[in-house]
This record gives sequence, structure tokens and C-alpha cells, in this order.
Amino acid sequence: MTALVFVPYLAALVFIAAVVIRWVKIARLPVHLRWELYPVAHERNSAYGGSFFERLDWWKHHPPTNRMGELKVMVPEMLLLTGVHEHDRALWFRSYPFHLGLYLLAGFIGLLVVGAAAQTFGVRVEAGWLTTTSTVVGVAGLVLLAAGSLGLLLRRLASPALRAHSAAADFANLIFFFTAAVLGLVTFATVDGDFANLRLFVRALVTFQPAGEMPALVAVEIVVASALAAYIPLTHMSHFFTKWFMYHDVRWNDEVNRVGSKLEAAIGRQLGHKVSWSAPHIRGDGKKTWVDVATERVSDSGLRPVELDAGDGKNPPRVLSQKEIGKP
Amino acid sequence: MTTALPFADVGRPGERLGTLEEKHRVPLPPPYDKDEEPPLPQLSAQVRAACECSLDDTVAVSLPRPKSPEAERALVEGFLAGLDKLFSEANNWTFLEPLVLSIEHCAKCQTCAEACHIFVESGRNELYRPTFRSEILRRLYFKHRSGGSLVSRFQHGDIDINWTTIARLLELAYRCNLCRRCAQTCPIGVDNGLLAHEIRKLFSMEMGIAPKEIHEKGSMLQLRVGSSTGMNPAAMRDNVDFIDEDMSERTGVPVKTRWDVAGADVLLTHNAGEILSWPDNPGAFALILETAGISWTMSSDLAAYDAINYGLWYDDAQFARVALKHAQAARKLGVKKIVVGECGHAHKSMMVIADRILTGELNVPRESSMTLLEDIVMSGKLKLDPTRNDFPVTLHDPCNIVRLMGVVEPQRRILRKIAPGFREMTPHGVDNYCCGGGSGFAIMSGHNFADWRMRVASRRKFRQILEAFADDLDPKHPKYVCAPCSNCKGAIRDILKRYRAGERVGIHYGGLAELIVNAMADVKPGFINFSEL
Repeated sequence: MTALVFVPYLAALVFIAAVVIRWVKIARLPVHLRWELYPVAHERNSAYGGSFFERLDWWKHHPPTNRMGELKVMVPEMLLLTGVHEHDRALWFRSYPFHLGLYLLAGFIGLLVVGAAAQTFGVRVEAGWLTTTSTVVGVAGLVLLAAGSLGLLLRRLASPALRAHSAAADFANLIFFFTAAVLGLVTFATVDGDFANLRLFVRALVTFQPAGEMPALVAVEIVVASALAAYIPLTHMSHFFTKWFMYHDVRWNDEVNRVGSKLEAAIGRQLGHKVSWSAPHIRGDGKKTWVDVATERVSDSGLRPVELDAGDGKNPPRVLSQKEIGKP
Repeated sequence: MTTALPFADVGRPGERLGTLEEKHRVPLPPPYDKDEEPPLPQLSAQVRAACECSLDDTVAVSLPRPKSPEAERALVEGFLAGLDKLFSEANNWTFLEPLVLSIEHCAKCQTCAEACHIFVESGRNELYRPTFRSEILRRLYFKHRSGGSLVSRFQHGDIDINWTTIARLLELAYRCNLCRRCAQTCPIGVDNGLLAHEIRKLFSMEMGIAPKEIHEKGSMLQLRVGSSTGMNPAAMRDNVDFIDEDMSERTGVPVKTRWDVAGADVLLTHNAGEILSWPDNPGAFALILETAGISWTMSSDLAAYDAINYGLWYDDAQFARVALKHAQAARKLGVKKIVVGECGHAHKSMMVIADRILTGELNVPRESSMTLLEDIVMSGKLKLDPTRNDFPVTLHDPCNIVRLMGVVEPQRRILRKIAPGFREMTPHGVDNYCCGGGSGFAIMSGHNFADWRMRVASRRKFRQILEAFADDLDPKHPKYVCAPCSNCKGAIRDILKRYRAGERVGIHYGGLAELIVNAMADVKPGFINFSEL
């Protein structure tokens, strides 16, 4: 059992590394053209989707910075999945228990860690409110996760469209969650009532001590849950944190490019990137920059789409005229 | 609902991957509920033999079929090279972060599907599910990136990387209006509209493949001649002179468009399509600005007198070139601001997307005409008699101006002041539906594409219009759909004509500026003449 204690450490390491790497990778992506979608939550008139463009001479006014407006949208979205609730109620009844189950289990782990830390500092918590609360939270989390993942799995299996759009991993992921949750419940019901073994294990983790002997089922549950935690940020389920970028960097990103600003400087640098797009109207040779492409005159040679035979396998195809093809 | 489409079928050659099935579609509201829809005209055998059209019943791009396996291989290689560039900072810094986020994080929950008017109005045809094309791109990307490893196929699914798949993906990129209504509903923030946009870019910027109407006859023509309409500066001025004369005669108010006035406060830009198809709109703008005493001008510089920027829909290089022309014209004249007329995509191009292209002196302030018109109407500079607009009016929200820019209320405040019969569509504002002409559809009419557009993409808008006027469908009582966008007007014109809505239910359409002029007390009554709409 000594080796078991390393499994959650390893999982935590993978989880943190995956999150950090993905976060940094996205954060380092270049400034992009604006692509916001209204309502933008920090706008003064976000209630109806209005923007600062509605004001005459909008550039003479400071852009709105209603961060509370963002919180008013983001917090219910995260805690209650309001978007799914509004747009796909049937999905919400499956997805919400799933997500709430995960939130509760994250809270459960937090409570176990707090309990273990408290014990380490001599606070007796064995039969106290912390133990009771964590037990309730843990069981509720497992039940909701099992129900939610099963509901999502059945929905995905039952709908031909969802089935067609799913990769093997989409089913496997849900089976993974379901298995982990059911295993947790079975462990709790059979060999680890009150999560006593799990608490001892977490205490060992917190104190960096070897874990004592424990039932095999608990050990299996620890391995499965650790593997699941490490796996999540390696997949599209990393949306639990990349959603921040989706909303703040894209959907709500209406930052205005002002003369002399840092944003303008970044854009200036990016306009200097070398272009290698090959189409006849661009002919990017890896030397021309975006500025060169944008400023060249279309009367310059090569910008007119060349009329080539699509069948020779060497040249780009051309678009046929109506006359050549004939009317339907 | 039609049957699901396995992704394994996408790369299998065949005459078509899917077809529109009438039996799954919801009938239109009365009085069209009993009408029998004529079948969609089929593509001829000649077209099917010559073009890549194995997706569905129509074709948007008319790409010639490659004539040999070598040609197919070359095209596949070209696509894969483009795919690499699409995910590179140097070539696609413009949209790399939104692209990466949307490619990597879709949970495939399908919450977005019911938000898509094309999917729903097609009878929930799986081909048009917003995630369908995205998933093809995603699978191609991950398979190409991983070399088709087992782990990648397990994680992201499999798809054949062959010309059939890629040719169908090309057409699929032009079965989306880029309205981004689907993105609004995604709980994670994935944007299938963006992915359609990026697919279009890959084909255009790497392979030179785009619908003729938006590239060769669109942005290329604008850059070469000055306007996608083919009007050079002299022709443009001639046409506008004629509009001025006509306006002066009809309204009794002298109208004179000002050209190339250095130091004017406002550089007004119109979609040049207005000049040819809806001349009352630029005429109304000129009359309003003159009457209100605004210091304004139009530019006769190449490409600057046409506010369109089709690059927005398919090509960043073309986009940047046109945006630059507009900004250079403003800088040359030394105007205080550019005001974008009633054109949705020109609004978004100039005010939102170009914001991170134009730097230094080229970063001239840009404003919506909705805001300027609101200021004029509310300021009391015009003498207004709302009773002249005593007919039912509803407002179409152009996606580019409303959902994608947040200009929602100015046009409504104007309508509440000048149109007593104003009523909203359901839904409206940022939740509106696209007119079906978005992202170039309004100008794409090759083969039977316009038929497909009216049958599928514009159908939801027509349904909304009928519902907005459901209390009085008497054809003797004229009703007005206010559509402050040229492409939207084109799509609405076509759908109203197709269903003979003027004749059968008295529904007509036009812009916002025309309604303002119609309400002006100093103008001869009857500027809006329903018998001519």
C-alpha cells in the first residue's frame, strides 16, 4: 500500500501540469481580430444586448467596465449551467446533476484535506460536523455524478445524431465517470462506511506518511479517481477552465484599438508576420508580410485569379462560369 | 427529423450525401399553410458531371471536378497545407485563438442545433446541423495532425482524408449564414459559425477557391474597378446625380450629394448595391443629412464609394485590402468620422473587424448610421409627422449590426417616434433570426442556389414576418418590413417576391431612412409608394 500514496500525487501533478500547459498555450496565442457576440456581459446595456456603439461619437467616451455584470452572468453559468437550462432543458436535467456531482466531490476532497490537516494539528474531528458534512457531500456527489453520467451516456446512445457525432472517447469518458462514481458508492456501502479509510489515506497524503493497510476496493477507488482527475484536463473537458478564455478573450472581448495603445503595438507586430498562403490572389512567399499583402495593388501581376485547368493535377482549380456549365 | 449521417459516409463517393425532404418541414403560417411547395429545381446532369456538387441538391461554389486521381491528390495536398497554415500564428493570427478554442472544446452536446434556422427549417436535415461541418473539420485536423494515430481516432473520431470529404466540406462551408446564433447558445462558447468562416478562408486563401459572386465578381472587382456592382467612380457619380434629381423632384426638397469634401465631419459610405437596387435609400440619406445641416461627404476614391467588404465572409487578405481603401479615403479627406450606411456586413467590417487592422492615422473613428439617424431624429432637426407612417411596421435585425455589434436600440427609438404601427418580430434584437441572405447568400445565385436559399435559409425570416403581421393580412392594407441592411433587403425582396407577399398579404419592405423621409412634414406626402415597392 505504500506505493498507493504516490498515485494521487502523480495525478495531481499531471492535472496541474496539464492545466498550466494548456492555460499558457492559450494565453500566449496572438491577439486576434474582434469577434464578440452580444450580449456582452460587461456592457452597460447588456440586459438587451446593447453595446457602446449605440452612443453617438462612442470613441469619446470611456468603454464600460462593468465587471459585476460579468460576474452576474458567469457565476450562475458556472454554478447552475444557466445556458444549458435556457437552451436545452432535457440536457440540463442530465448535465446539471453530473456537474453538481463533480463540484460536490471537489468540495468533498477539500473537506477531507481540511479534516486531515485539522487532525494533524491535534483537532479532533472524527465524529464532528466536518465528518458528517463531508460524508453527506461525498455521498451526494457520488450519487449525482453516477446519475448524471448515466443520463448523459444513455442520451448519447439513444439519439442517432448524438451517437453519430460522438467519438469512442465521448462514450468512454462517461463510462469512466460512471464507473468511478459507482465504485465510490459501492466502496462506501461495503467496506468504507463514513469514508474512514479514505480519511486515513488523505491524512497520510497530507502528512507525507505511508498509507496503512486498507481494503482492496478502497485502493482501487483511489487509483480510478486519481486517473480520472489526471485525465480530465487532457481532453475537451478542460473546458472547466478554458471557458474563461472563450468568454473573456472571444465572446466578450470588445477592447477597442486606440492609437498609441499596447493593443495597437501588438497588432503592429502581427501585421509584420510573413504570409505563406498560396492562393493566386495572395501568393504569399514567406517573405511578404500582412502589410505587404494588404497594401499591394490588385492590378499588380498575379492577383487576378488565374484560369487554370483543374484536371492537370499541378495547378489550383478555377471556378467555372455559368456559361461553361450551363443552366440547371 | 431525418436519419443521422455517419461520418464514415462523408468520404464515400456518391451522387449526393443528403437531400431536402419536404415531409419533415413545418408548414408556413396562413395563408401559405395550404400551399404546395413546388419541388426544388434539380441540378442538370451536365452540372452534376462538371461540378463538385455531391453534398446535397444545390451547389454554391461550382468547383470543377478534378479529372484525374493525380489532380485529386494535388487538391487534397493543397487542402492539408492550408490546414497547417490555418493553425499557424503567422498566417492566421487574425482568428487563431477563437479557432483553437472552438476546435478543441466542443462537447458535441448539440445544444446549438435548435438555434440554427437553416437546420430547423430544412426539417432538421443532418447535413445542416451546425456541428456537422465543424466535426468534419475537427476530425480532419486531428487526423492530419496525429498522422491518423489510434489514440487520436479514439479521442476525436475518424474520417477519410480524401477529395470527396474535402469537396463536400467546401460546399458545407456555404450552407451557413455565419449569423452565429448557434454560438450564442453554446454553454462552453464554441462557435460553429467561426469554423464555417475558417473553412471558407482555408479554401480561398490557400487554394483560391470561393464562390465567383463573392470573390471574382465581388472583392476582386471592387478592388479593381471600385465596386462589386461594376460601377467605376464616374458611373457611381452619374447614378447618384440621377438619384439626387429624382429625390428633389419627388420630395420637393433640393437634394445634392456632396463628393470629396475635404474636412467634412462625416464620410458617408453606402453599399453600392443600394444605388442600383434601392436608390431611395441613399437619396433619403442625402435628404436627411442636408436638412439636418450635417457636414458630410461621399468619396469617389477607388473602392471607397462602395462600403461592402466581402472579405469578411471568406478571406482575411481581401478583407484587409478593402478595409484599408475605406480608411485611406477617410484619411485623405480628413473627415472626423466614417458613418456606415444601411449595410450590415459593412458595419461589422469597418467598426468591429477592421478595428484591429487599422492603426495610427488610418484608425479613423467609425460610427453606425443608426446612431447618427437617431441623433438627428431625436434632436428636432427634422419636422416629423408620424401619421404619415400610419401603417404596420416591423423591424428586421441584421445579424451583423445587432447580434454581432450590439446596436439594438437606436433604430427602435427612431421607429417608436416615427411609426405608430411599429411592432416587433419574435424573437428580435440579439436573438433575431438571419434573413437567410447572410455571408454572401443574398448575392449567390448560381444554378439553383437562390431557390435553395429561399426554400431553406430565408424561410424562418418569412415565417417571422408573417407572424408579425398576423393580425391583418389583408392585401389592401400595406405593411412595411424595415430592413436596415442591403443584403437583408435583397434576401427579403426575394422571399417576398417568391411568395407574392405584396399581392397576397400586402407585405412590402424597405430601409429605415426611407421611413424617416416619409414622415418628414416638409416632404411631399407619399414618398413611400407601396404600389411601386
